[in-house]
Amino acid sequence: MKTAVIVFPGSNCDRDMAVALRTVTGRAPAMVWHRDTALPEGIDFIALPGGFSYGDYLRSGAMAARSPILAAVTDAAARGVPVLGVCNGFQVLTEAQLLPGALMRNAGLNFVCRTVPLTVANSQSLFTAGYKADEAIDIPVAHHDGNYFADAATLDRIEGEGRVAFRYADSVNGSARNIAGVLNDAGNVLGMMPHPERAIDRAHGGTDGLRLFEAALGVLA
Amino acid sequence: MKVQVYVTLKPGVLDPQGKAIHHALEGLGFAGVDDVRAGRFIELEVADSVSDADLDAMCAKLLANTVIENYRIQRA
Repeated sequence: MKTAVIVFPGSNCDRDMAVALRTVTGRAPAMVWHRDTALPEGIDFIALPGGFSYGDYLRSGAMAARSPILAAVTDAAARGVPVLGVCNGFQVLTEAQLLPGALMRNAGLNFVCRTVPLTVANSQSLFTAGYKADEAIDIPVAHHDGNYFADAATLDRIEGEGRVAFRYADSVNGSARNIAGVLNDAGNVLGMMPHPERAIDRAHGGTDGLRLFEAALGVLA
Repeated sequence: MKVQVYVTLKPGVLDPQGKAIHHALEGLGFAGVDDVRAGRFIELEVADSVSDADLDAMCAKLLANTVIENYRIQRA
């Protein structure tokens, strides 16, 4: 299982993501710099980590979405390689138009940093097959721009197609229909504001994020 | 040549920052403000050879996120 973490200037959850991937696969991921133009040959899984790429200049994720490596990520996604974007990685995926919608400033304007209850809205995807339908899980969030927006027609469509992966159990940031995570139409790209990589070790307060990696990396027991 | 780009939130998109600015104006005692929408102003210095189509592409590809924002281009 060959995995990669894309590292942008300002990424700050890239190492947490690397630990999660190494813990689950037993093999360290390739850390791929944003200026690189190619991913390692035969890549099986790509993660876009959280952080503040390019200092959130212009819009969160906007600059990173136009960096050279994103062309390679887009090609890999089109070939069906699983791509997980967490927090800033989710913002990058929407800015790159690999996922619908946009992430705006939190409705309350505050940076929200706490563990929140989520509901698994689709337990059939390659990322969420380790969860039960409508299962309640606890995953930390830490973001300023997590307020998911899409027009009503888009929201209806992604809900109808089962592309909402996770919802907040209670409103956290003003997101439309409490959406916390969204899949692309092929189901191999997931963006989510909560941080599953911060919930893989009992010593850190919970392990509800572990099954996401186990399912997506094909090592589910 | 100077080009000015105004990026604004589309109508109907909630603007938490505009709301906060509105509340702050009220807090300062300014009455009669019905609504505030915050946007972004970007000024470019470009060669005369840069076409309107080029400018439009710059806005659509990077300067604005057309999922949530409109843009207006003005050659100064």
